[in-house]
Amino acid sequence: MVEQLPFWGGLVLPLVLVLLVAAAAAWDSVLASQAAGSRNGALIEPFRAVAGLLVQQRRRTLAADLLLSRGGALALVVAGFLASLVTPLGRWVVADFSIGIVWFNAMEAVAWAAVWLVGWGANSAFGLIGGYRFVAQGLAYELPHMFALITAALGAESLRVADVVAAQDELWFVVWMPVAFVVYLLSVLAMAFWGPFDQAVGPDLAGGASAELSGVDRLLFEAGRWLLLVSGAAFAVPLFLGGGAGPLLPDWLWSLVKTAAVLAVLVWIRRRVPTVRMERYQEIAWIVLIPLTLVQALVVSLVVLAR
Amino acid sequence: MWAHIAFWVCAVGSVVTGVAVFRVDSMARATFALLASFVFAAGTVLLLNLAYLGVLVILMMIMEMVVMVVFMIMYMMNPAGLMPMTMVHNQKGSLAIAGAVFAALAAGIFLIPWPTSGEPRPEDTTRALGEALMGSKMLVMMVLGLCLFATMVATVVLAAHRGRYDRYGDRLDAKRPHDPVRGGLNR
Repeated sequence: MVEQLPFWGGLVLPLVLVLLVAAAAAWDSVLASQAAGSRNGALIEPFRAVAGLLVQQRRRTLAADLLLSRGGALALVVAGFLASLVTPLGRWVVADFSIGIVWFNAMEAVAWAAVWLVGWGANSAFGLIGGYRFVAQGLAYELPHMFALITAALGAESLRVADVVAAQDELWFVVWMPVAFVVYLLSVLAMAFWGPFDQAVGPDLAGGASAELSGVDRLLFEAGRWLLLVSGAAFAVPLFLGGGAGPLLPDWLWSLVKTAAVLAVLVWIRRRVPTVRMERYQEIAWIVLIPLTLVQALVVSLVVLAR
Repeated sequence: MWAHIAFWVCAVGSVVTGVAVFRVDSMARATFALLASFVFAAGTVLLLNLAYLGVLVILMMIMEMVVMVVFMIMYMMNPAGLMPMTMVHNQKGSLAIAGAVFAALAAGIFLIPWPTSGEPRPEDTTRALGEALMGSKMLVMMVLGLCLFATMVATVVLAAHRGRYDRYGDRLDAKRPHDPVRGGLNR
């Protein structure tokens, strides 16, 4: 059902991702301007910001480790793209790996190292604290996230994303794995340090890990963050929402519609939920979420054994 | 052809970044040079068509190195590389040990009669690995898992600054624990 595209698929994928990022950023900007009570020019505000960052001169801090901080920002962008290699758009996928889910997980884990590198490399106290905050946050979100991914793979009895989509022909996984779905969305928010989990780049630290970034460096960092959010939202569709399945519309359009819906919710949450400190989320993750996801995985494996 | 090029890129890259671990004087750079070395090594595993193991090495090594960099910076005398220091200690002794180990391993490659199998490679190596771990190697893995878990618990117990008497009082009768950092559940 899902087929691998020839090599040019890898060239189209960045375009699709960038379009989704642009749409999500515009939606975020509209929400922000509504909250501020103004309405003019909200849609083009993200593009104006990109142009501004492109021409801005790069600031440097004293004795900064440029190799690490720029490498970290670049790694964030590259990981955001690579994670989506295994995400099918309707029937098409760039790379149909037999271990697609593990691949996606590995690429997201890059973000954990990348944010720390950016924070460390600037040789600034705020950046350093922001980086360490993200490392602490990673300890909270990574394990529930992995169990959520494993639960979907268990339901399909395969690590191949195409098999996971095929296994949802009759019933979407979100229906009988609601806990895994919610935990997955929470960890996507956390790994893109978005919404309630944005303390690593929080305003209480003057921008945290990204405090000293400017110009192209900041553009790369922000783009990487958006790409992670989009990649995470897009992967929820084959994992829990039946991939491209749906009536009337072609399957690639269904994939896009579902991705846009998940993305819209994730972006909207940012304006609705206050920031959660990582030590609070730590306890919630380890005492509530991990047991919940384990029970969910147990239920799913019993169902798989019984059928 | 392409596999050969990829192998040599991975092999040379792994060694070069491995050497870099001891040449750079910043703990952050040393840790991430080590990570690069492991990722190159994972590339050679991927070339053997062991997709699961290769990607797993990348995944686990990223996480391990992020945790390790915290400790490297915490314990080493010159975390940022702003002062001169060296990563190499006991140079002559370690050179002799490293040379002997390398010679022994290299000799092993050529002297051991490696088994060859006429059987075709398994279709799905991930499944074959899973069946081996959950079948014939189950006992080893379970003992290993228990030992690792016991070690982790013991290390945390030994390292923990505060125990339950600090948290719940001498009679363990406090309703709420007295913690310097509050968790999210308000326990």
